[in-house]
Amino acid sequence: MDLFLLLTIFMLAIFVGFEIITKVPPTLHTPLMSGSNAISGITIIGAIIVTSTQQTWWSTMLGFLAVVFATLNLVGGFLVTHRMLSMFKRKG
Amino acid sequence: MNVDTDSVKNILYLLASVLFILGIKGLTHPRTAVRGNLLGAAGMLLAIVVTMVGSDHLGWLIAGLVVGGLCGIVAAYKIEMTGMPQLVALFNGFGGIASALVAGAVLHDYLDKAGDTGLVQWLTAEGQDPTQVIIATIASGIIGAVTFSGSVLAFAKLQQLVSSASNTNPLLKVGNVLCTIVAVGLGVVLFMNPDMAGLYWVIVLVSLALGLFLVLPIGGADMPVVITLLNSYSGIAAAATGFVINNTVLIVAGSLVGASGLILTRIMCVAMNRSLTNVLFGVMAEVGEGPSSDEVYAGKVKSASPDEVAMLFDGARRVLIVPGYGMAAAQAQHVVSDLADLLMAKGIDVEYGIHPVAGRMPGHMNVLLAEADVPYDLLKEMDDVNTTIEQVDVALVIGANDTVNPSARTDPSSPIAGMPIIDVDKARTVVVVKRSLSPGFAGIPNPLFACDNTLMLFGDGKKVIGELIAAIKEAG
Repeated sequence: MDLFLLLTIFMLAIFVGFEIITKVPPTLHTPLMSGSNAISGITIIGAIIVTSTQQTWWSTMLGFLAVVFATLNLVGGFLVTHRMLSMFKRKG
Repeated sequence: MNVDTDSVKNILYLLASVLFILGIKGLTHPRTAVRGNLLGAAGMLLAIVVTMVGSDHLGWLIAGLVVGGLCGIVAAYKIEMTGMPQLVALFNGFGGIASALVAGAVLHDYLDKAGDTGLVQWLTAEGQDPTQVIIATIASGIIGAVTFSGSVLAFAKLQQLVSSASNTNPLLKVGNVLCTIVAVGLGVVLFMNPDMAGLYWVIVLVSLALGLFLVLPIGGADMPVVITLLNSYSGIAAAATGFVINNTVLIVAGSLVGASGLILTRIMCVAMNRSLTNVLFGVMAEVGEGPSSDEVYAGKVKSASPDEVAMLFDGARRVLIVPGYGMAAAQAQHVVSDLADLLMAKGIDVEYGIHPVAGRMPGHMNVLLAEADVPYDLLKEMDDVNTTIEQVDVALVIGANDTVNPSARTDPSSPIAGMPIIDVDKARTVVVVKRSLSPGFAGIPNPLFACDNTLMLFGDGKKVIGELIAAIKEAG
């Protein structure tokens, strides 16, 4: 894909991020961190793609390790966020 | 046919990106936050399934998903809420190293396929932009590796496996600068000679050292800044990986996380009135000839027993509880919540005042108190409680120190001068629950403890609050 198209997407996504995230109240800052942290596990897509196209043993191993780390990041991240958020209650 | 499957894939990736944005949007309110997180997870699942369809090496992929998934589940359910900062740090690091590994694996893959053609020529023939691929690979390697080693060290400090004291040894600064120069310099060499794949791993090693130099100087109370910064890095590393493999969902998700981490970093720095560079190099403002703790405290500190403090609550109408890291360290959140319930049952208006940097990560106190069943609408932000603090009958400070130190407001030569604080000294009476008069992270005495309207309740937070509850019940 065209580099400038990708850069455009990159910049726009950063602006969208700034706009939404400034509205997150301080009480939810920890879940925001762990939840966004889980989203950074998106690198798993890259890990899956490289693992599946690898031809040498060494590269497959690299891909496999990346899949393990990224899965740990995202599964753990979403679960722990869910665990935290389900504790937030209103009065009464 | 090929074109069609690609289009379908891209539309589903777009859907995943939209789900991530809606997911984070959900986190802007406690009522919608659970759903927001689930939307994010759904987006992730969708992206994974779409990518898996038609993949080779399915065995390896599933094995990786199962191993990583099981470890993630165990970690997420085993962790105590007080240990949340270190867990988030660790997860963060794993995301970073995954990005660095992916970029490295892609580089090797391309080199294998390019063979004798040479990487640049092969990429060009494949319709890819060699400059973009190589620069993004190097960026992903550096940022991902820094995220990993920095996060692991942050984890070790928070878990108290290594000392969490601030280390201002000037050699660390030299190491920091040196590693940055070497990592970027080697990056330039790799950019000139992209066929030297081995160099990539040297860059990764140097960047791992850089991550350590980055986090080593940072002390306990500055941890929120470094965790948010590393959070941002892990997102940027994922976005860089997106540029390596030309994948938009990585770019969108990665930049969202990068933006989120940067905003939180800024909020933390503002709440400490320190610049990011000062935090990163462990620099506190120059300490002038400040008063010694003897001058501040001598003969003026009044210590009280739980029984005496219990009497204060008779006739009190408004109570403000101000927690700090000490509450987390003493695991006192449940007894604090019990105390608040007891006071509310007596008809007293109880609120919590939360300083933005209380604890070891943004929102740390809020999560602990939520665990102890404190409704989130009782947790007030610093600015809100400060406007009405004169009407508070009893301000109960539990394990907080620098965030309630009036020197920040009154003494322009203080190292924390100008830092926004919760003005508990303006309340009618202040009760400080603390082990001793030892200074907080800033290393300075706190005149609050010697105020006329302050009573010190010395002891372990959990134990002392328990005694206080008993005393209040006894008094009826």
